[in-house]
Amino acid sequence: MIKLNVNGRARELDVEPDMPLLWALRDELDVKGPKYGCGIAQCGSCTVLIDGEPVRSCSYPVSAAAGRKITTIEGLAQRGRPHPVQQAWMDHEVPQCGYCQGGQILMAVNLLQKKPNPSAADIDAHMTNICRCGTYARMHAAINAAAKMMGGAKSADKKA
Amino acid sequence: MTTKQLKTGAPASATRRSFLKTSAAVGGGLTIGFNLPAFGQGDKPAAEVNAWVQVRADDTVIIKYARAEMGQGSMTSAPQLVAEELEADWKKVKIEYALANEQVRRKRVWGDMSAVGSRTIRNSQEYLRKAGATAREMLIAAAAQQWNVAPGECVAQNGMVIHKASNKKLSYGKLADAAAKQPAPKEVALKDPKDWKIAGKSMKRRDIEDTVMGRQRYGIDAQVPGMLYAAVAQCPVFGGKVKSFDAAKLTNRRGIVKVVQGEGQQGGFVAVVGNSWWRAKEALKDVAINWDVGSNGNVSSGSIMEVFKAGLAATDTAVARRDGDVTKGFAEAAKVLEAEYFTPYLAHSTMEPMGATVMIKDGRVDVWVSSQNFEGSLVSAATAAGVPQENVHVHPVQLGGGLGRRGGSQDFTRMATLIAKEMPNGTPVKMLWAREEDMQHDFFRPASLVKVKGGLDAQGKLHALHIRVAAPSIIATLLRLPLKEGIDPQAVACFNDHPYSIPNSLVDYAQRNTHVPVGFWRTVGHSQNPFVRECFIDELAQAAGKDPVEFRRGMLGKSPRDLGVLNAVAKAANWDKPLPKGVFRGVAETEGYGSYTACVAEVSVNDRNEVRIHRIVIGIDCGYVVNPDNVKAQLEGSVAHGLTAILWGENTVKEGRMEQSNFHDYRMMRLNEMPKVECVLAPSGGFWGGVGEPAQAPLAPALVNAIVAATGGKRVRSLPLKNHGFSLVKA
Repeated sequence: MIKLNVNGRARELDVEPDMPLLWALRDELDVKGPKYGCGIAQCGSCTVLIDGEPVRSCSYPVSAAAGRKITTIEGLAQRGRPHPVQQAWMDHEVPQCGYCQGGQILMAVNLLQKKPNPSAADIDAHMTNICRCGTYARMHAAINAAAKMMGGAKSADKKA
Repeated sequence: MTTKQLKTGAPASATRRSFLKTSAAVGGGLTIGFNLPAFGQGDKPAAEVNAWVQVRADDTVIIKYARAEMGQGSMTSAPQLVAEELEADWKKVKIEYALANEQVRRKRVWGDMSAVGSRTIRNSQEYLRKAGATAREMLIAAAAQQWNVAPGECVAQNGMVIHKASNKKLSYGKLADAAAKQPAPKEVALKDPKDWKIAGKSMKRRDIEDTVMGRQRYGIDAQVPGMLYAAVAQCPVFGGKVKSFDAAKLTNRRGIVKVVQGEGQQGGFVAVVGNSWWRAKEALKDVAINWDVGSNGNVSSGSIMEVFKAGLAATDTAVARRDGDVTKGFAEAAKVLEAEYFTPYLAHSTMEPMGATVMIKDGRVDVWVSSQNFEGSLVSAATAAGVPQENVHVHPVQLGGGLGRRGGSQDFTRMATLIAKEMPNGTPVKMLWAREEDMQHDFFRPASLVKVKGGLDAQGKLHALHIRVAAPSIIATLLRLPLKEGIDPQAVACFNDHPYSIPNSLVDYAQRNTHVPVGFWRTVGHSQNPFVRECFIDELAQAAGKDPVEFRRGMLGKSPRDLGVLNAVAKAANWDKPLPKGVFRGVAETEGYGSYTACVAEVSVNDRNEVRIHRIVIGIDCGYVVNPDNVKAQLEGSVAHGLTAILWGENTVKEGRMEQSNFHDYRMMRLNEMPKVECVLAPSGGFWGGVGEPAQAPLAPALVNAIVAATGGKRVRSLPLKNHGFSLVKA
C-alpha cells in the first residue's frame, strides 16, 4: 500500500509503484484537477505541488510521492475561500477553456511563495506551462494582482 | 469477473475479440453524471416559459445554452442576449445546457447546437433575442391578467413586472406558472442595441469560477461507477488496416480486461481495455500489431507537394471568381509579378486529447464527451451503437479546447461507442487517446499551394490578379458532400470574396485530395489564405512604390467595413508616425466569419534572424459587440494560436504517417514568448459578425510583411517561419 497525503487527506492505494502520480490521482482517487496533456512533462497541465514544489505528475512515479504533501487545484482554497491567486484569476478572467489553468495557478502559487513581488522576467522564467487558448497576458496581470493581494494579506495578519 | 482464455492471431472480423484474464470488477451500476439538476430534491421544478427560459419560484431565471463551451465565452454571451430582452436581473440568471436528447425528442427546438465557425452569436442572435422578448411579454401578460389591467400599462424591469399607474409589482418567480400558460405573442419588437443594459457589457464569464476552483468537468473527467478505460492504437498510416495482432504478453497482466479490434474513421485500430488508463496504455505497448498499411506507405510531404504542383499546372480547375478578363488584363499590364505560396498541414492539439466515455445498457447509450456538437455526438453514438437517437443521452461537459477538431468529425465518439459495444451490457468505458495518438490521427488543417500573379498598370494600380489554389477539400473528404461548381469555399476563402476593386481577377481551384485526413481548424482557410493574399498585396505595393496601407485604401472604396477596420488599426498603431531605428512594421486587412479584421505588427530582426515582436495591434469590426472583454480575450487568444502556427506549426508526412507526435516536436508558444497585444474594437453596428476565429486571419501576413520589411525585402512565401531560420525572442 502506498500512503499519500492529498490536499490534507490521508489516502491509501494499492497500485504499481511506477504508476505516474497523475493516474493515481485521477483514476484511483478521483482527484480530477490535474489534467493529462502530453504524458512527457512538456505541457504542465498535470502540475501538482509536492511539499509546495511544482511537479509534472504525468512523469512522476506515485511511490516517490509517498508520505509527502500533495496539493492539487482542488486543495488550494482554505475554508472555502479562494486562494489570492485564484481570486486574481477570477478578477482578470484569465481562463478560456480552462483545461491547463489548474496547473498554471499552482505554478503561480509556487512563484509567489518564492518571490512575493516577481518581476516580469521572473514570471516569464517561471510560468512554463502551455496554454493553447493564449491566456498568457492575463496570467501576467493576475500574478501581479495576486502579489499585491498577498502582500496586503500578510500585513493584515501582522496587525491581527 | 471475466476470465477467459486469451485468443491471439488474426481475428476474422472486427467483432471477434480476445478475452483476457482479469482482476477487474466488471460491473454496471447507476450512471452518475456531473450535470446535477438545477433544483434540490423536493423543490418545485422551474416553470418553462419557453424552450430557452425557465423561471423558478425563488426568481431564479434559467437560460438554456444550446452549444458547447470551449473557452470562446458564448456560454455567457449568448444568454446575455436572452436576458437583455427578457429584462432579467442578471444576478438571478443561471445558465444551463440544453440537452441533446431533449433536442431530439423536442424536434430540434434549440436549432443548431454546434459551436463551430464562430457562429453562435451571429447565427442565433435573432431567435435568442426573440425568445427573451417573447418570455417577457408572457410574464407581462400574466401580471396584467392578475391585476386585471391592460398589458400595455405594465413594464418589465430587472426581473419584475410593474404596473406603472398603481406601482404594483410582481417578481418573475411569482408569475412564472401563469406566464407559461399564456399564448406566445406572434410578433415581438427587439431592442435597439444602444438601449442594451446586459448585452454589450463585459459580464463575467459564468464558467470561470468552476475552472479556477478546480470544479470544472471536462469529457476526460467523466466518472461512472464500474468504469473501465481504453487506450487505443490506430494504424499509423492513414487508411491502413489491422492484419493481425498478438496480445499473448497481456495474459495475467494486472487490470487488463480485454483487447478489442475495430475500424475507425482513419483505418483499423486496436484498443486495450483495463481498470486504469495507464495500465491499458502500458499494456498496449506489448500488443504486437501487424498493420496492413496499404498503398499509402510511400507517401511523403515531397510526393504530396508534387500532387499540389501538378494541380497548379492543371487544366481541370473550377472557377471560384471571375471579374473582367485576366488574360487581357495581364496583356495590358505595365508590370507583372508571379509567386508561389505554401502553407502546411496543421494539427489542432487541443490541450485535452480526444476521448469519450460511453456506456451501453439495455439499449440506452450514455455518452460523456468533449464535443463541439453534442447533438452530432448523439447521432454518431446512436449510429455506432445501432439504437434509436431517442435512446442516447449525451451529458454536456466543458471542452478542453475545441479549435475545430471536435465538431465536424465525431470519430472519437464513434470509436468509444464501438469499444463500449464490445463490453458486457452496462459497462462504462472511458476511451482516451494518448497525445501521440491525438496528434497523429487528427483531421489536419489542409496544406495548400497557391500560385499568384498580379499585373500593375502604368500608374501602379492593380489591374489584373490571378490566384490558383491546389489543395485538398474538407467538404468533399470529411463531410463527403458534393462541391458546388467544384469549389470548396474553405480552400479559396478570402480569395473568392476579396474586397478589392480590381478590374480583372480570376480565382480558380484544383482540388487535390491526398490520403491525409483534413478538417476544420480554428479559422480554417482564413488561417492560411490571407497570408498569401495580403503578403502578395505587399509585394505589389512595393513594386508600385506605394505605402502598403495607402495601396490597400486605394482598392477599398467599395468595401467600407474593410476600409474602416484598416483605418482604425492603422490609427491605433500610429502608422503615419516614424518608428524607432531598427523597428519595422507590416499590415494586413481581412474579412471572414461575418467580421472585418486588420492587424499591424511591429518587429525588429537581428543578424541571427531572431525576431522580436514589439507590438501587435489587432482590430475587429464584428458589427455588434455582445461582451467586449470576451471579444478582447478572443483577439488575444487568436494571436497566441496564430503565432504558434506561424512560427513553428507544420505536420509533415513520411512513409505515409505524420512525423510529429507530441509537444516536443510540435511546438506551442509559451508565456515568455507572448508579445504585447493591443486590441481595437471598432464595431460599426448594423450586422452580427463572428469573433472566435476572424482575428487570426490578418496576423500571419501582418507579421510576415513586417519581417520582410525588417530583412531588406527578402520575401517569405511559406510557413512556418522556423523553416526560414527565424526564431522568436522576447521583445
